[in-house]
Amino acid sequence: MKHTISVLVENHSGVLSRISGLFSRRGFNIESLAVGPTQDPSVSRVTIIADGNEYTVEQIEKQLNKLIEVIKVKTLKAGECMARELLLVKVLAGADKRQEIMTICEIANAKVIDLTPTTMTLEVCDKYDHLKRFEQLIAPYGIIEMVRTGTIAIQKGSEVFAHKK
Amino acid sequence: MKMSAAQAMAQCLLNEGVKVVFGYPGAAICPFYDALLDTDIRHILVRHEANGGHEASGYARITGRPAVCIATSGPGAVNLITAIATAYADSVPIVCITGQVSRDQIGSDAFQEADITGSAEPFIKHSYLVSNAEDIPRIFKEAFYIAGSGRPGPVLIDVPMDVQKEQIELEYPEKVSIRGYKPTGKGNYIQVKRVYAALKEAEKPLICIGGGVFASRAENEIKRLAAVMDIPVITTMMGISVFAADDPLYFGMIGMHGVKSANRAVNECDTLLLVGARVGDRAVRTPLALEKNTKIIHIDIDPAEIGKNIRVDHPLVGDAKLVLQQLLELAEADGQKDNSQWRQTLDAFRKPAVFSKAKEGTADPREFIGLLSQKMPADTVVCADVGQNQIWTCTGYRFKEGGKLITSGGMGTMGYALPAAIGAKLAAPDREVVAICGDGAFQMSMMELATAVQHDVPVKIVVMTNTRLGMVRELQTNGYNDRQTAVFLDGSPDFIKLAAAYGIKAIRVTDEDSMRSAAQALADEKGIMLVEVAVDKDYPTL
Repeated sequence: MKHTISVLVENHSGVLSRISGLFSRRGFNIESLAVGPTQDPSVSRVTIIADGNEYTVEQIEKQLNKLIEVIKVKTLKAGECMARELLLVKVLAGADKRQEIMTICEIANAKVIDLTPTTMTLEVCDKYDHLKRFEQLIAPYGIIEMVRTGTIAIQKGSEVFAHKK
Repeated sequence: MKMSAAQAMAQCLLNEGVKVVFGYPGAAICPFYDALLDTDIRHILVRHEANGGHEASGYARITGRPAVCIATSGPGAVNLITAIATAYADSVPIVCITGQVSRDQIGSDAFQEADITGSAEPFIKHSYLVSNAEDIPRIFKEAFYIAGSGRPGPVLIDVPMDVQKEQIELEYPEKVSIRGYKPTGKGNYIQVKRVYAALKEAEKPLICIGGGVFASRAENEIKRLAAVMDIPVITTMMGISVFAADDPLYFGMIGMHGVKSANRAVNECDTLLLVGARVGDRAVRTPLALEKNTKIIHIDIDPAEIGKNIRVDHPLVGDAKLVLQQLLELAEADGQKDNSQWRQTLDAFRKPAVFSKAKEGTADPREFIGLLSQKMPADTVVCADVGQNQIWTCTGYRFKEGGKLITSGGMGTMGYALPAAIGAKLAAPDREVVAICGDGAFQMSMMELATAVQHDVPVKIVVMTNTRLGMVRELQTNGYNDRQTAVFLDGSPDFIKLAAAYGIKAIRVTDEDSMRSAAQALADEKGIMLVEVAVDKDYPTL
């Protein structure tokens, strides 16, 4: 089962390697890890998508909390958070295929961000499952390059995940 | 007042009350060594950095406060890694200070450059690479706080050489504020009441003590709780010597190398209270079976330990000393309990040690250790190395009230005993300190004899010589059709002559008579002394 874990950390160099090292040495399976600054410049937020049962997730949370530079950890419940991931994909597309691909893009809420006589580059930002479906739709045309950011997530509603000042 | 960052580092140690440091210099740490010279801090020159770390570990396990070891950049720093991992596994507070190449050289594969913060990361509580000299006072304050508080552990401060030479203003902070680090103190009161109720209701309660009881200085509290609630006690290897061996409530060490009475107690009890014990695989081999039949209560300051290796019915996060005080309050209000029937059931599993006659030219190692525990003063510190000698010491030494065992329980680091003994003796000059080693482990750190001689640290050393790596030999005998390989210690020196080369008095034990006189001589000797005990090569661990 997949879990979305949000982690507030000190914005220091080396923090990310402590976190990724923890996952590998404790044998936790990580699907994606995304990190970026928050509204407080001294704090970064890491979003981890991890695979495992309840026990594993509890252990991940506890072990993360042991890191001195980790300020706060929370597993966001599915259905109570909104998750997004950005995908950029370069696909083979001669003139005869462009219209078809653009139709898929329109339905899938994707954008064409670059065009050459032989290729199209597409951008789509959505949930993990949606990106997976989009990838399947595009794949038959010939994906020649693909890059994804990893998922970030935020809670629904007015509640916030933040550290005490 | 402006001073060099190196002087500020030395001043920070003084502010932390540091009196002794263990180290080995090199170019990248020279500014700091120069500054140390102007202080009263005693520097113990070790003969290998790993041993310096172990010496700090032994020192810290006596004082209960973070002890300091120092190494230079590159090889000096990476040599420390074994000591850092050893301290981490046993939750011992040490602060390691390493020199680093200058900031402009970092990442260039300069001479004696190694990424020590990166390489120590998997087994260190926290580490700092100092990039601004002004941060030194804060970092030192934090390092000592982190090492010594919560679940103690090693902390590393890596200081580039050019940083050490900068001029800074020293304002040592009074308080520490780290938003990501707030260790728990007292236990949640509702949870404390639940735990107490479970203990009170239990018909066959049992307490299992781990190293956390020492770390939290909760020896008195656990003894009082066990006494007033009349609960039998067992320990892991790390909890040995909290209870005296002859205490009627004490049933010995559990685990694959433990004693029958302790292991039977675990199997028979209906409620098990774990205090500062992490349910390591050597102590509890079948946690699944245990959790199925037994109500488990787990007190630990590290929430990650609770539920990690065993499913727990009543978790209780907090400092053992404070939590036990909370439990004691409830227990003492209720008055003395009586579990004598349950205790008597367990008494039947006690087995006094019986020794058969040792083979010609050898002595019985467990008999010698038992004898030693009769001869040595009650408050003796015993440092057991790793291998068969560790188990013989753990099960054979009859600790008295006030005695203490120091050993590498979690990491099982060979060669730990001698340096740990040197550190312990420096922390407790008035107590006797004995290192008990095998001939394998001793040869991993015997260069520290020079450290003991140079700095006049009168430790006692026992070397059990069976000319084998005995525990591995036994494993090969039992698990690999007796195909013995790479366990023969031929080529070892004559340990009596070796001691003589260092100017150390030494005697050899080869039979029962010399065993008695040697134990007495070891107890009587004021200076450093080594006793070699010849042990039969096939003598078993258990």
